[in-house]
Amino acid sequence: MAGPSAIVLFGATGDLATKKLIPAIYDLANRGLLAPGSGLVGFARRDWAAEHFQERVADAVKQYSRTGFREDVWQQLLEGIRFVGGDLADDAAFIELGRVLGELDRTNGTGGNHAFYLSVPPAAFDIAVAQLRKHGLASKKDHSNAWHRVVIEKPFGHDLASAQELERKLSRAFDPSSIFRIDHYLGKETVQNLLAFRFANTLFEPIWNRNYIGHVQITMAEDIGIAGRAGYYDGIGAARDVIQNHLLQLLALTAMEEPTSFNGIDLSLEKRKVLGAARVPADFSNHTARGQYAGGWAGGTQVAGYLAEDGIPPDSTTETFAAIRVDIDNRRWAGVPFYLRTGKRLPHRVTEVALNLRAAPHLPFNGTDVRNLGTNALVLRIQPDEGVTLRFGAKVPATTMELRDVNMDFEYGTSFTESSPEAYERLLLDVLLGSEPLFPRPEEVELSWQILDPVLAYWAEQRTAPESYPPGTWGPPSATRMLARDGFSWRRP
Amino acid sequence: MIKKFTGTNTAELQRAIDSARHQLGTTSGMVLTLIVVAELDEFDQALAACVQAGREHPSRIVLLTNGLARADRLDASVRLGEDAPGEIVTLRFHGALRQHRETVVLPLLLPDLPVVVWWPGESPADPGNDPIGRLGTRRITDAMGAPDPIRALEVRARNYCPGDTDLTWTRLTRWRGLLAASLDAYPMVVESAEVRAAPGNAAGHLLGAWLSDRLNLPVRVDHGGVGRGVNFVVLAGEEGEIRIERTDGNMAVFAAPGLPERIVALTRRDLNTLLTEELRRLDDDLIYAESMAALVRRLDEHE
Repeated sequence: MAGPSAIVLFGATGDLATKKLIPAIYDLANRGLLAPGSGLVGFARRDWAAEHFQERVADAVKQYSRTGFREDVWQQLLEGIRFVGGDLADDAAFIELGRVLGELDRTNGTGGNHAFYLSVPPAAFDIAVAQLRKHGLASKKDHSNAWHRVVIEKPFGHDLASAQELERKLSRAFDPSSIFRIDHYLGKETVQNLLAFRFANTLFEPIWNRNYIGHVQITMAEDIGIAGRAGYYDGIGAARDVIQNHLLQLLALTAMEEPTSFNGIDLSLEKRKVLGAARVPADFSNHTARGQYAGGWAGGTQVAGYLAEDGIPPDSTTETFAAIRVDIDNRRWAGVPFYLRTGKRLPHRVTEVALNLRAAPHLPFNGTDVRNLGTNALVLRIQPDEGVTLRFGAKVPATTMELRDVNMDFEYGTSFTESSPEAYERLLLDVLLGSEPLFPRPEEVELSWQILDPVLAYWAEQRTAPESYPPGTWGPPSATRMLARDGFSWRRP
Repeated sequence: MIKKFTGTNTAELQRAIDSARHQLGTTSGMVLTLIVVAELDEFDQALAACVQAGREHPSRIVLLTNGLARADRLDASVRLGEDAPGEIVTLRFHGALRQHRETVVLPLLLPDLPVVVWWPGESPADPGNDPIGRLGTRRITDAMGAPDPIRALEVRARNYCPGDTDLTWTRLTRWRGLLAASLDAYPMVVESAEVRAAPGNAAGHLLGAWLSDRLNLPVRVDHGGVGRGVNFVVLAGEEGEIRIERTDGNMAVFAAPGLPERIVALTRRDLNTLLTEELRRLDDDLIYAESMAALVRRLDEHE
């Protein structure tokens, strides 16, 4: 259970707060993980009374909470819910925020422990942090044992330089150990299971290297378009939005060596080592691909192309699909390409890490008997159908020695009937507990930009639009060619 | 469990399948995705055949039909754990969506597994270049489902592309097996060959093409047979003849040089059995390809 504290939600009326953060806070309370008297302070540009915000919170909980609405838990939570209306630039609002927090500390016993969740556009990070500092809400040195933590969401900058700049500004106001960068993927059960899978078993470690693994494909596909996020998305694009954080973190967890322990420092050390050894091969034209979705029919509905979306300039060169090859220069992975791809308006929502094993050195079968046989594969399914798949060859029941690929599946949902906590539940709890392992550290963020920056620069130099792809397909032809060149093909996830 | 949807999309169907799997506690363990493109009146028979085939090959079966509503709408149903081990998704396309069926099917293909497309009735002239056909690694047509089966088979032959097969070929498996085995057992130089089949029977046509390709001699195909399906095959040489004669569509008489006549069970098999057999091999059928090429050569010679 987390000690008594208050969470301040900047952007409390936004989509993320309504659908994820508020329900997660309630679910924590419902599971008995939130101290009685915990505070929840909404901050937004609205002229609302506290009662109105409380109603909004209740609606969000009823609609989106995982564990179901219970009146008694709600009453407990309700005691600590406050609202402060105002602009981020508005000094009076921050003075009011300070007063509300002081009052919560006295009446609810939150003891000066405050977590500031910046669920606002990245452009607003600066002003929010500056205001917190100015009004003494982020004080680094506090004479009591109270803590002040700040939580930010990706993107952490848009390149290496801006990420470093953001880091400087944050660390001026907050202690480095008090800055929590949320990559909600790392809070997912299946990502955490990746650590269990690799380091709790003896079965997989012997094959987890270049001797057995031929190549790795990491995919995060979304079937939706940019869905009203034009302002955020245009100019950012798929690579900055997803590859820089989610996919490179998944790569790091897949490829890193065994950490000495699972505490934040040790885990990050291994991730940094592997990210430091990773690079995109120099010939970017052959080893990267980018695309932009066109309009048409997808999945049973007619959808607009990227350029026709509301708020997107008709000559935008922002990519909605990105694929890159990453090579890791160390003993374990030399010669094993890691292919990372992500996109919007792909056929369906799926995230997975697929390790494709090398072909058997010799097949003592007839050529025609093994034509249906691929190579073995181990697939870690992150979402939505969480689990692990092992693909191997087996004999087809008949009189001939004919072989075919079969799958052995482990399904999270059936092996553990308890539903997995939402990623935000876990991460919010960790913020309140001050537990760091699941949050990327600034060094990891910077190393990820170092990998991606040259590719982004190369794309920007091209001055051409990304290759268009029909909605609801697996991306542009250049992505297919990119793998074909290396003798592989993309898996259909 | 059966769930029905009106005016749906693939994201909703995918969620329904995932939640049904969780509720039923089934793990997938499936071996292929089978896409079935049927007309409304073929729906029940096609579904029955799929369920049967699904017992030997647990699969996700995606059954496509066109509906009559004017609105651009997708109706669907999802069945899991009902009467077959796999998953059955039926899709009914209305309005303009009928022109974009492949955009609905693509998201529903199972990860990484082979995809087979089956047209139980009429099939496109060029299945390998059909928008749905292109999704498949194997395409199964049935010339006998067309109004003019022989003509349909000829069109198939001209547009052959690797991965295609026709159930006409599957119907011949036993005949071909018996003929090949008897030539192994009683080797002789075949000097002439003849096939007799029912009028309009495409299998007889294809059997003739196969024999002429394998034996490298012209084969006469007579479509004046009075029995059902293929009635009669004879391979003649100096030593005598190998002959199979079936008039009741069930039992055949088999004769080979120096042997008394014997009876052989050569029952015409139903659709379910044919499909199940066809799904056993998921690679290209080279002998079929060569026989279809022989059929094309013969057509060209006649022109």
